[in-house]
Formats: sequence, structure tokens, C-alpha cells
Amino acid sequence: MNKHRLAMAGLVITLALVTAAALAPLLSPHDPALLDLPGNLQGPSLSHPLGQDKLGRDILSRIIYGARVSVKVGVATVSISLLVGLCIGSLAGYAGRWVDEVIMRIIDILMAFPGILLAIAITAVLGPSLNHVILALCLTGWVGYARIIRGQILSEREREYVQAARSIGAGPVRILGRHILPNTMAPIIVEATFGMAGAILAEAGLSFLGLGTQPPTASWGAMLNEGSHFLLIASHLTLFPGLAIMLVVLGFNFLGDGLRDWMDVRRS
Amino acid sequence: MLPYIARRLVMLIPVVLGVVTLVFFLIHMIPGDPVEIMLGEQAQAADKETLRRELKLDRPIGEQYLVYLSGLPRADLGRSIHSREPVLQTILKRFPATLILTLAAMIVAVLIAIPIGILSAVRQYSLMDNVSMFVALLGISMPNFWLGPLLILLFSIQLGWLPVSGMGGAQHLILPAVTLGTALAAILTRMTRSSVLEVIREQYIVTARAKGLQEKVVLFKHAFKNALIPVITILGLQFGALLSGSIITETIFSWPGIGRLMIQAVNQRDYPLVQGCVLFISLSYVLVNLATDLLYGAADPRIRIGVKEGHE
Repeated sequence: MNKHRLAMAGLVITLALVTAAALAPLLSPHDPALLDLPGNLQGPSLSHPLGQDKLGRDILSRIIYGARVSVKVGVATVSISLLVGLCIGSLAGYAGRWVDEVIMRIIDILMAFPGILLAIAITAVLGPSLNHVILALCLTGWVGYARIIRGQILSEREREYVQAARSIGAGPVRILGRHILPNTMAPIIVEATFGMAGAILAEAGLSFLGLGTQPPTASWGAMLNEGSHFLLIASHLTLFPGLAIMLVVLGFNFLGDGLRDWMDVRRS
Repeated sequence: MLPYIARRLVMLIPVVLGVVTLVFFLIHMIPGDPVEIMLGEQAQAADKETLRRELKLDRPIGEQYLVYLSGLPRADLGRSIHSREPVLQTILKRFPATLILTLAAMIVAVLIAIPIGILSAVRQYSLMDNVSMFVALLGISMPNFWLGPLLILLFSIQLGWLPVSGMGGAQHLILPAVTLGTALAAILTRMTRSSVLEVIREQYIVTARAKGLQEKVVLFKHAFKNALIPVITILGLQFGALLSGSIITETIFSWPGIGRLMIQAVNQRDYPLVQGCVLFISLSYVLVNLATDLLYGAADPRIRIGVKEGHE
């Protein structure tokens, strides 16, 4: 199995997702919110290639618009988590001593929550919405990045090139930004790629439980939730949105695997 | 070993306290008034006042927090707003179902992953290896809230072999266990494969082969025992993922475990119950991780010796 080919397939799927999100109004054959009650639960046809949902809305169009939710969740979660992780990880690695100790204990606590649990608790408290999902995912999402950066700083701090930079008067921010971070980019990029897959999957899961994106906004997880009520009579409601989720997650996983091999990153 | 276990248990206390504090303040940030939710908006002001006092919701939040904390050593997690039953009792009633499901999923995963992982490693780059690694990637990317309905569609609706949902005999367990276990099976297969690949390149394997042992003996007596140690660790660390995965799986199959209990509690805005579920699941997660660490030490003498010398 050619690893390169899988990574390329991942890249193609990722680009397709971004294109669908950006050009949704142009690509969708129908308005995703347009009701057509007589056509409810109709299977695939020429005018509705993937069929119609319980209110007769076009499933293909809703999947294309749903890409927007996935891209938004993925990009927002990864970039906010990355930024926070970068700051906290640098602080822990650079300040050392009790600052590091306190930060590591907080990380321990956050890691004591299994994945989706904290997100469920937060959306339960704040009410279901896309922004709350992003907030919940970021609350634990930064931990991975912080740990990578802290580890990298600890191992690079005593290297000669860092001491050299320090000896010619470079401050901590400069050393971090110009010297250490560029050396940390590879594992961060790989982590971020898998982070996209994780965020998209988590949003879909929460929306499936009714805790994420709220109707009438089209989201793949919410579509699956709706589909589960009609599994017996209209399985296309379940088939296609799930396929979209799996393809996109698979795409990011292929891409992440490919990048990891290419940049020679050992996963911690 | 005993002092080591004791020290690890003591080290858990700040983590558990942190989890409790985070969950408590999170849940108490709720904008709505739980009393109004319980009694409805038309309730008499006096009734609301009485209930509020009864639930100690009129006290300052710091005091409520202390009351909650002081209940923990007595295993008192408060009462469910809806059923008025003690939270812990409600959770314990539902826990066996979750445990059965989680263990069944683990068994499914191990039965699939270990043979396939080993075969893939022994026949690296063969067709079988390529196909199973591709399927493993599919399994990792397959959301369980899609796999579950697909399995129901095929085995319950089309073929009519297995029940759609609920808990009963063994046939009720098959679909939920496969749904929950698939992702773990995929991760474990990859892990087993890479672990075996690493071990069979070790020098002691070369030695074993050099002294003329049969390939079977080399693999089964020398390689696999060492290769399976990291697999055990992953199995333990993935237990948390299984617990959170069971929240969705239980919802799909109407399986009466804590996951479904928690989602029902969320939908009914039964905050003490949500809080209890989050706490209970995180605590079991932390404990299983600790147990995994300790087992890992027991399985690998090198780590045990490291402990005795004081550097883990």
C-alpha cells in the first residue's frame, strides 16, 4: 500500500471539504432549508441524488452546507487550542519550578476526563450550541499542544545553539520564537491534523446526542440523529451523512499519517 | 511495590479534588434556576422557597461546595432532582450494564486485534497486511454513532438475526459490543503489529533463531510475550475512551447503563445526577489508568526494579 497515495487521497478529501464549505451556495443543487413536505423521506432520485429528509429537504445540499459546520468546528478548535497550548506550554517549559508543577497538575486533572465527557457536561450546563461545543473542545484540546511544546523546550533549552543565542543577549521570547518553535513545528502540525479529525468527530457525536448544532442548521451529526428515527423506513437519512463524516475523518487521518512519515515525527 | 502503590494513590487525591471542583463550579454556573425547572414556572413562590432551602440552594456557593465536598467521604453525592433517590445509588444500579458492555467490547477488540496484528507483522507488506491496515484505518475513522445504526440496519432489519435494542440475552449484547469495540480493535491491531515488528528485530530473537529454534518457538515463546506488554498498556489507557464511547453506544441501543443515564439526566436538567455521572466516570477512568500502570510494572520486571531503586 503506497503511503504517498494515501496521504494524497487525504489531501484531496481535505481540499474537497474546504471547497464544499467555501462554495456551498454554488455547489448545492437546492436550498438546504427549502421544505418539500410531499417529498418527505423520498429516496434518491434525479433531482435529489441523495434523497430527501423528513421535511423533504435535499440531503445532498444539507451535506454540502454541513461541511461548513465541520470546517468551522475543526479550524476554530484547533487554532484556539494551539494558541492556548503554545502559551501555556511555553510558560511551563520556560518558567520551570512551581509554575511548571502547577500547570502540569492542571493538565493531569483535565486529562482525567475521558474525551467527550467534559464536552457533554459543558453543553449540558451552557445549553446546546455550536459555540459551546467549540469552547468545550478547546478546554481540553490545548493540553496536547502544551505538552509537546513544554517537552520540546525542556529538551532544547540546554542545547548549545540556545545557549549561544542566550549568550549574545537574546531574550526568552526571541529564543522561543526564532529558535525553539521552528524546531517544534513538525509534531505540532501532525497533532493539529489529527486534532481536526478529532474535533469534527466530537462535534458530530455531540450533535448526534442533540447537544451540538441545533436545527435547522445542517450538521452531519444532527442529520444522523434525525435519521436514526427513520432507520426502518428511510435508511438513506443515515447512510449519507455518516459516509461524509467517515470520509472526512479518514482524510485527515491519512493526511496526518502521511505528514508524520514525511516529517519523520515519532508520536509521543 | 506496596509503598509505590500507596504513593500513587496519594498522588491521585489532588487530581480527584480538581475534577470535583471543576465539575461542581461548572454545573453551578447554570443560568437557569433548578427549582423552577423542578416545580414549573407557575409554582407558588413559597413552595419554591421551601424547596430551595431544602436543597440548600439558598446558601452561598462556597458553602454549597463545602457541603458537597464533606459528603464525598461518606459517598454522598446528593439526590437526583427528578427521582429524589440518592445519586450514587442510582448510578450503581446502572453501572453493571455499562461494565458488561465495556468488557464485552474489550473482548471483541482483543479477539480481533491480537491475531490480525500478529499475522500482519509476521507477514509484513503482504496483501493481508495491507488490507488489514487499511481496514484498521477505516475502523479508527468510523464514528460509532454511524456504525451502530448500520449494524442495526444490516443484522436487525435486513437479516432479522439480532434484536434492535435493549438489554436481555447474549444476542442483545453482540451489536452494542461490536459497535463500541470496533475503534479499539482498530487501534489495538495497529499497536500489536508495530510492537511485534519492533520485537522481532531485537537481538535476542536473532540469538534464538541462531541457536536453531523453530520459528514457532521463537515467535510464541520469545517474541509475543514481550510484544504484548505495550498492547496491555494501550488496552488499559483506552478504557476511558470505551467509557465515553459507551455514552453514545448506550444511547443508540437503549442500553440501560450510566452513559444513557447521563444523557437522560442532561435532557431532564437533573444537575446533581449529571455531576455524579461525570465524577463517577472520571474516577473509574483515573483508577483504571493507575491499575494499568501498576500491571505494566508487574508484567515487566525492568520497570519493577526501576521502582525499587527509586527512579520510575
